[in-house]
Amino acid sequence: MTDVAIVGTGHSKFGNRTDVNLQELTWEAVKQALEESNLDQKDIDTFVVGNAGGWSSESLSAIVIGEYCNLAPKGTMRVEAACATGSAALRIAYQAIKAGEAKIAMVIGVEQMHQSPNPVAVEMMGRAGNYFWEFENFGLTFPGYYALYATRRMAKFGMKEEDLGQIAIKNHYYGSFNPYAMFQKQIKMDEYIKSRVVAYPLKIYDACPITDGAAALILASEEVAKKITDSPVWIVSQGFKSGTANLSKRDDFISIDVARLAAEEAYKKAKVDFDEAWKYFDVAEAHDCFTIAEIMAYEDLGFAKRGEGHLLAREEQTYVGGRIPVNVDGGLKAKGHPIGATGVSMAVSITRQLLHRAAKGTQADIKKGMGIAHNVGGTGHYAYVTIFSLKKPSA
Amino acid sequence: MGITEIRERQFNEIDKKVLEQIDLLIKNSKMPIMRDLKTNNPLWVDVRELTQRFMIPIGRIYKFFDQLSKGKIIGTKCPKCGSIYFPPQDDCTKCRVSGLDVIELSGEGELLTYTVITVKPVSFMHYQDYIVGIARLKEGINILAWVNEKLEDIQVGMKVKVNVVRREPEGYFTYELRKV
Repeated sequence: MTDVAIVGTGHSKFGNRTDVNLQELTWEAVKQALEESNLDQKDIDTFVVGNAGGWSSESLSAIVIGEYCNLAPKGTMRVEAACATGSAALRIAYQAIKAGEAKIAMVIGVEQMHQSPNPVAVEMMGRAGNYFWEFENFGLTFPGYYALYATRRMAKFGMKEEDLGQIAIKNHYYGSFNPYAMFQKQIKMDEYIKSRVVAYPLKIYDACPITDGAAALILASEEVAKKITDSPVWIVSQGFKSGTANLSKRDDFISIDVARLAAEEAYKKAKVDFDEAWKYFDVAEAHDCFTIAEIMAYEDLGFAKRGEGHLLAREEQTYVGGRIPVNVDGGLKAKGHPIGATGVSMAVSITRQLLHRAAKGTQADIKKGMGIAHNVGGTGHYAYVTIFSLKKPSA
Repeated sequence: MGITEIRERQFNEIDKKVLEQIDLLIKNSKMPIMRDLKTNNPLWVDVRELTQRFMIPIGRIYKFFDQLSKGKIIGTKCPKCGSIYFPPQDDCTKCRVSGLDVIELSGEGELLTYTVITVKPVSFMHYQDYIVGIARLKEGINILAWVNEKLEDIQVGMKVKVNVVRREPEGYFTYELRKV
């Protein structure tokens, strides 16, 4: 089976995008990806749209986008995997090329959450746990679900609020250099500590914002990729797993089990040793919808031992120059988290990092030529872990 | 206070304000267009409202609600493999047996974790800030519910009991966690 390469990337400015509608926002990313790869819409065999939906007025988003971006009549679909929607869209396009069904495929991720008023967005996210047993009667919010992990870990591992604050400070620091990020302002520990509690122990600075944004990737088969670009970034492997909808059905509230399983699957195919995983990668994107999620990601990806993720943050080992740079594009925390676009945005960031095209102040040292993206959907409903490399995987 | 009164008090006021604003926009600009406060970007305000209220089938686990109204919390148990289910379900999807046995849960357990929801969803705005916890019961299953205690009295690991209560102000049966 052919290897699959990323030959083009596109990324809109993330933020409160009241200046464009859903399809216009998408076009910003699609246009950039086409220009970067020097391809035309007619060259694209299929396009997959990652859009969790519900926030925007158009319910059949793939079609509206295909029409506006001049991609019709190529075959398409809308893909949903909650906050891992973008990675799921990537998977479909990747498989289409692997299977020989397409030579060139476009992956689009988009969400325009600000089409709904803020209180409605909070309600919609809360409803995305297990609706009946967790929302209907007990009104959990999304920060609430993750707060349950944070409380448990504080009691069990002696993790402190300041450890969570370290994540927020790092991601805001890097976000300040990323021209596509929603927040471009650095924050200090005292601002973090003083910020308003949304779901104890999580504060407003522990949470990613409600965001509008789009990202796009163009994938190509090995044979075609060589003709398009001298600098392909290869997809080495992807692990993907599913968990329970009911948070109460999880074993212990200290890790996102599906993320660990997805990492193990991706590592097995890429021949990465879980216990020393950080040694294989130059840069990582971790799903930091909340600061606590990034700390658990360190452990679920094998960058830190179980119960020691917060120590990695405390020692500032995830800045450029540390053990492994994580979320140096600002992460979901500062870049923003437009649900359907996030997974695609992560792939764009890693690709640009590996090609030394990251924004000034955010570029990691690329020595090993490998990067990794960890994308969790829901509260551990879905998990996708994708490994990218400058080296062709079957070489 | 019933659902009707709560709904009227909570939402009608908001809905009315929004509708009045749309009327005003149409009167002024002949179209439902407003300007974004921060950016001055023009925004079309949808005139077609969508209100959803789901009808969720509960026939297969009706016995749970029947027992709840009598003050009891039940789970289900597979007669073949012994798996206990909570939330209750009538199919053991492990060994493909249906019509599971009903077991009354001890309701006794230990608090695994908790949080306080201070930024609430719209449909929960009429409650005070609430504490949500997850407890592991003696039977080895977990249960998620509000913890009806003062925040300073709550600790991870404390012994708790599940109580059947009426949810006020609506007045319907549900369950909560209390410190033992």
